[in-house]
Amino acid sequence: MPMEHIVKSYEQDLKHLRDLITEMGGMVESQVALACTAVLHRDRDAAAEAMEADPRVDAREHEIEQFIIRLLALRQPVAGDLRQIVASLKATGDIERIGDYAANVAKRSLVLQQFSLRDAGTGLAHMAALVQENLKRVIDALGADDTDQAMTVWRSDEAIDEVYNALFRELITYMMEDPRNITPCTHLLFIAKNLERIGDHATNIAETIYYAVTGTPLTDARPKSDMASFAVVKPAGVKPAGK
Amino acid sequence: MGTTTLSPARNATVAAALGRRRKRIDRLTRILCIAATVIGLAMLASILATLLMRGLGGLSLDVFTRITLPPGSSGGLLNAIVGSLIQTAIGTAIGTPVGLLVGTYLSEYARGSQLGTAVRFVSDVLLSAPSILIGLFVYTVLVDPFGGFSGIAGGVALAVIVIPIVVRTTEDMLQLIPVALREAAVALGAPKWRSIVFVCYPAAREGIVTGMLLAVARIAGETAPLLFTSLGNLNWSLSLTQPMASLPVTIYQYAGSAFDDWVALAWVGALLITFGVLAVNILARLVLRRRG
Amino acid sequence: MTATMVAPTLQTRNQAAAPAKIAIRNLDFFYGDNRALKAIDLDFADRQVTGLIGPSGCGKSTLLRCLNRMYDLYPGQRATGEAMMDGQNILAPDIDLNDLRSRIGMVFQKPTPFPMSIRDNITFGVKLHERLSKAAMDERVEWSLGRAALWDEVKDRLDAPAGGLSGGQQQRLCIARSIAVRPDVILFDEPTSALDPISTLKVEELIDELKGDFTIAIITHNMQQAARCADRVAFFYLGEMVEVGTAAQMFTAPRQQRTQEYITGRFS
Repeated sequence: MPMEHIVKSYEQDLKHLRDLITEMGGMVESQVALACTAVLHRDRDAAAEAMEADPRVDAREHEIEQFIIRLLALRQPVAGDLRQIVASLKATGDIERIGDYAANVAKRSLVLQQFSLRDAGTGLAHMAALVQENLKRVIDALGADDTDQAMTVWRSDEAIDEVYNALFRELITYMMEDPRNITPCTHLLFIAKNLERIGDHATNIAETIYYAVTGTPLTDARPKSDMASFAVVKPAGVKPAGK
Repeated sequence: MGTTTLSPARNATVAAALGRRRKRIDRLTRILCIAATVIGLAMLASILATLLMRGLGGLSLDVFTRITLPPGSSGGLLNAIVGSLIQTAIGTAIGTPVGLLVGTYLSEYARGSQLGTAVRFVSDVLLSAPSILIGLFVYTVLVDPFGGFSGIAGGVALAVIVIPIVVRTTEDMLQLIPVALREAAVALGAPKWRSIVFVCYPAAREGIVTGMLLAVARIAGETAPLLFTSLGNLNWSLSLTQPMASLPVTIYQYAGSAFDDWVALAWVGALLITFGVLAVNILARLVLRRRG
Repeated sequence: MTATMVAPTLQTRNQAAAPAKIAIRNLDFFYGDNRALKAIDLDFADRQVTGLIGPSGCGKSTLLRCLNRMYDLYPGQRATGEAMMDGQNILAPDIDLNDLRSRIGMVFQKPTPFPMSIRDNITFGVKLHERLSKAAMDERVEWSLGRAALWDEVKDRLDAPAGGLSGGQQQRLCIARSIAVRPDVILFDEPTSALDPISTLKVEELIDELKGDFTIAIITHNMQQAARCADRVAFFYLGEMVEVGTAAQMFTAPRQQRTQEYITGRFS
């Protein structure tokens, strides 16, 4: 924003909102990192920490919601301010969901530790790295109104989806090889799915940022390569989405 | 950042001293105001009391039924009262329409124009001109050329006094009307004269009428302009072309005389003028209030 | 107002989608030598509300006063360019002003009831342009007061002085007075700036009702009011029209930086 508000307290409110959101983003970012560590390094402590973070994230979401409702009621924002505030509300929801997925990943990592993890770890690590990078980038973009960063996130979700598809096939193969793999692989599937969902929410946030800053929605169809639904059997007459 | 800076703790003794000072000045101002009011009111009351004391005694039916007669023959003021009424009526009848129109011209048509400024200046000069000069002016215009003092000349002289008063009040009152009200009338498609007559005049009615009453009150008591115009007449005459009696001139003549009954009549005349003007004022105010 | 956040399309045209009742082209306005409006192009869409916003002295009031030629009252003020209404240039020197003003009514910032009865306030304007029978006039009085949502409040005291009404009622009386002349266009110059919030909402509701039959232009310093009342909003600054668009577009995603700064309160 090039100019400051005439009403200083309003300007402070908007800044406070921005701080709250980036802080919440930071919380979730580290939560996701912990969850990934828990899965990839079989780290119980990390898992526990990731799960414990969830109620704090939820509380923060609640706090931000209340703050936004107050802002809407008292300031009656318009134009850029309105877009930023509504975007914050949407982004908060997305961030909270990301937190939920991270907690779920951490929870499943505890189960997985009872099994020996097979080669699937490589693909998962790659996916986790991609997702974390996108998440970090989008949270930074949120704090800085950076549409370029947001667009980068938006475009790179496709890569995550592709890794996910590959992982999906791989895990199915393991399960077909040996039914004893079914339990750990199912958990791994869910973990991968959760990471993929985290990527989607990051993309949502990227779209939100883009609209908040520019005033025009990202109307093009989102790049989407989540083919997992059709990985084994392609239903007749259904065209893959996004292609 | 935006927080108010509170003044440092105030010195209690300084604050108390300042407070006492403030109260002293406040009391002093109030005393002065009350004193000035009392002095003014006292003068007015004294005038009214003197008038009533000296005038009421001489008040009788004869005052209204008999004309001025030589001393000792118990005359009245009938011719003077009627003469005053006639001349005041003429003055008002000529002066108020002219004054109203000029005031309207100044306020509505001549804003910022050279002519308007000139007219306003002349009118203001006239407003403060000594009334004896106005009498002399009418004398040279109406009395001298037409061969004698006359009631009509007296009326015209009074009209000349009325005009600047009505001009000033009319202009001032019209100026007080919000521009938006005129524009509202014009915005409905009203031509200018309609907005003036049907919107501005009613809106300024009270002030304009007050101005007219002020003028009437002023001329009802004028002596100087009548001395050179209607002169005064001790006989009964309703002819406008003949010299005409009036209360102020009669008072002027009687009050300076050596005869007690004339002096008494002069007091009665003064009482009549004062309460006549007062009555007109009160009446007009009542009428205005009921309509407003 | 649509509840959904409609994607604002980036239209660069200044013209409305609905047919224009008044089309202003290249209008300049001068107070003496001071050019107060600069090359204004703006359409007032037929039977829609066009809101004019901008800081004091930006020329929005001046533009409104061009449309009913109010500036003719004041020497030294003149407008050039074009303001076409029904194929006629409002700014043409030979236009019949009283007729023009019967077609374009105006409501002012402060209520301006005439010092006469409520009924006479209504009939004042009507009598200027029409000869009506007593019955027809009574009907007109009832109709216009009804349209201004005032009839029920004043029907029992039509002959009482208009000055006795409350501020909000007075303003609705002024609206009724304008309607009574049956204009095509009504200009509102900050009609609620002197009213309390409830009276303000009543006037806003009234404007919404009236736009079915009248083309309306409204100046307001209240952004929310512009957002609530207007179909289209034009932003003026320093005698120029900076931007015009639908109210939804102007208040969610204005195209011009200056508009954004003004409506969000970042103006200096």
